[in-house]
Amino acid sequence: MKTPTYLTSLLEESGEQVDFFARFVRNIFKNGFEWNEFIRQCYVIGYKSIGIVVLTGFILGFVLTLQSLPTLKEFGAQNYVPSMVSISIIREIGPVIIGLICAGKIASSIGAELGSMNVSEQIDAMEVSGANPVQYLIVTRILACTLMVPILTLMADAVALLGGYFGTNLSGNMTMHLYYSKSFAALVFSDFFPAFIKTILFGFAIGFVGCYKGYHSNKGTESVGIAANTAVVSASIWIILLDAVAVQITNTFVYN
Amino acid sequence: MENIIEIKGLKKSFGNYEVLKNINLTVAKGENVVILGKSGQGKSVTIKCIVGMITPDEGELTVLGKNIHEISKDDLKELRTRIGFLFQSGALYDSMTVRENLEFPLTRVLKIKDKKELDTLCEEVLESVGLADAIDKVPSELSGGMRKRMALARTLIVKPEIILYDEPTTGLDTITSKEISHLILDMQKKYQTTSIIITHDIPCAQITADRILIIDNGEFIAEGTYDELSNSDDPFIKSFFK
Repeated sequence: MKTPTYLTSLLEESGEQVDFFARFVRNIFKNGFEWNEFIRQCYVIGYKSIGIVVLTGFILGFVLTLQSLPTLKEFGAQNYVPSMVSISIIREIGPVIIGLICAGKIASSIGAELGSMNVSEQIDAMEVSGANPVQYLIVTRILACTLMVPILTLMADAVALLGGYFGTNLSGNMTMHLYYSKSFAALVFSDFFPAFIKTILFGFAIGFVGCYKGYHSNKGTESVGIAANTAVVSASIWIILLDAVAVQITNTFVYN
Repeated sequence: MENIIEIKGLKKSFGNYEVLKNINLTVAKGENVVILGKSGQGKSVTIKCIVGMITPDEGELTVLGKNIHEISKDDLKELRTRIGFLFQSGALYDSMTVRENLEFPLTRVLKIKDKKELDTLCEEVLESVGLADAIDKVPSELSGGMRKRMALARTLIVKPEIILYDEPTTGLDTITSKEISHLILDMQKKYQTTSIIITHDIPCAQITADRILIIDNGEFIAEGTYDELSNSDDPFIKSFFK
């Protein structure tokens, strides 16, 4: 029986991804780690994403507070707003929304950058010169994403709590000290830690998918757009899937 | 004279399309060989096989005494440091300055870390190609001719024994094209390299070639000096030189 074409290509791509992952891991430990490029990528991926991440975080906390306040007021439970917002943001909404924002901003830019380097034969030039493009381009970008996305998420979480404070004070009167005391009183280490681990996985997925799609793009100019687009779509799907798995694991081992 | 490149019975297909049918080529040390041919006849595939970017389906390919498709990955990497490849587009790293482009192979391939030595080598090679003032520019600030010179400088800086040129004058005006052709010849004399030059540009072939091969339909169909081929009676061969 003939294997369907889509299945063959799916299996081929899965094999290529495993091979790409193995090359990434091997090259982390090879001599000549590209520290300068790694720091440059941390700057590009991390520092240059602070604006969008902070804005998103603030609006997240602000809107979540405004949306939940009227309902909680009906039950006379408006005092629970800070704890509800902090648990929602830290455990779930912060990591996932910031992960998706980073997928849109970072995975697309890595996919497009490596895709255009591929089209203009810059990656071939590195390989032919005897240099190691995986070590220079891939290892640095994936590790920078894995490091920066959790840090960006922590920043967004902190700003989201601030947004929640402003949201509460639009119609009420709560001091910042009281708001933060209530927020942190509701949080325990098991709220924070699994979510933090999740963001590391999200960061890795964003870097890996962006690099894979860009590095393996075709040679035409159209493929640069395709690489950027598929990088965002695939990274977003990975974030949602990883989140679903992480929530199941956390529920089973942490909250039970 | 010692043969640097030997190719016997090279074949390569992409899907059902047979690009290389039977390529046989010998290049002696210090020789400049030009490959002429229409687009899609397998010129670029041939030189990409020589650096191991494309694996042929059949045939033997010996470069600098090593069978390129039988050696280990590490040996291939080492061999590539002795071969320069000038891409049609130049393939300059556009996120880096000219200096960083030149330092890239020096620090990664030759493992030179001394700042003074790096500066001396960069300045020396840029001087050779007439780009001394461009050292701190980025590739987007360079003209087409300057980009070609810069790409040649980056190829030459590691002092390769062989240089493979993939259409070095494509996209340039006639005057710049001649300048680049003369530069290729000057650099070949200065650095004592062996070259294979793929081109459609007849003046470039005339300036640079010791020997010209014409490829058609995946095979070499004619070989000779510029004068021999340009005076050929074969109408197809003659058509290249009109």
